[in-house]
Amino acid sequence: MSALRWVAALVSGSLFGFGLAWSTMIRPEVVIDFLLFRDLGLLLVLGGAVFVALLCYQLAPRLLRQPLLGGAFEHRRAVLDRRTLLGAAIFGMGWGLCGVCPGPAIAGLGAANWPLLIALLGIFAGAYLQGRFFPGR
Amino acid sequence: MIADFFPQGMTHYLMGGLLIGAGVGTLFVLRGLIGGTSTFFTSTWSYVSSRPFFQQGRFVGTRGWRAVYAAGLVLGAAVFYLLFGEAFQTAVPAWRLLVGGVLIGFGARLSNGCTAGHGICGLASLQLPSLLAVLTFLGTAILVAHVMLWIGVAA
Repeated sequence: MSALRWVAALVSGSLFGFGLAWSTMIRPEVVIDFLLFRDLGLLLVLGGAVFVALLCYQLAPRLLRQPLLGGAFEHRRAVLDRRTLLGAAIFGMGWGLCGVCPGPAIAGLGAANWPLLIALLGIFAGAYLQGRFFPGR
Repeated sequence: MIADFFPQGMTHYLMGGLLIGAGVGTLFVLRGLIGGTSTFFTSTWSYVSSRPFFQQGRFVGTRGWRAVYAAGLVLGAAVFYLLFGEAFQTAVPAWRLLVGGVLIGFGARLSNGCTAGHGICGLASLQLPSLLAVLTFLGTAILVAHVMLWIGVAA
């Protein structure tokens, strides 16, 4: 059972990564084209992903007593405060600068998009700076 | 008319998006976990930093599955690449990837979510703060991308 739980995380991530590669989101140029309104494909990606995730998040806790491999259903609670919005604004500036976000930065390595290693290095550094100097709550 | 907005076509975007949602959904149905991706970049620091912030239970207790989930992202993209892909390496200059990366890591962790955490998981959880976060980062990203274009910095 325990091994199965790890396999479940690996398979979930793999579906996610396969989808990122298929939708070409691991190409920063495609994301930048969206931000410049040249190609609105990213909206289809986001819409498709939210649609399926919404069904799972809303239906599973109503139809199942607990997750199929045990444990409990988590609930995501986002907080509306200055950190959430200021962080989002800073994140967006980085996203607009390079066309990379965390998921594609990781997944892109599987498709041999090696320059993304530089972005990964930056993301790890940024995450460290946040935890080191602005730990907050 | 609609095709003008999708010069590369629509199918691969939609299919890819549905699969991304299936990955997030599978993690939830099987294990009850909310699969954002930016927390991985903080929880992984808990392996090497003894600072109390990184040693919190929400990072130490989830770093294992988050690392496996991240490995899955690489694996899934590799499978696609081996089956259908052509080699592609981004031409975005290194300094943009590095500076952009630092802003992404810092901002996403300050905000507690990125395009996956707020954009997919947050919206699918019907969280209003996540919707506002999405609109905020879309706004600043569109602004920065246009400024880079106007001042003539190549993508």
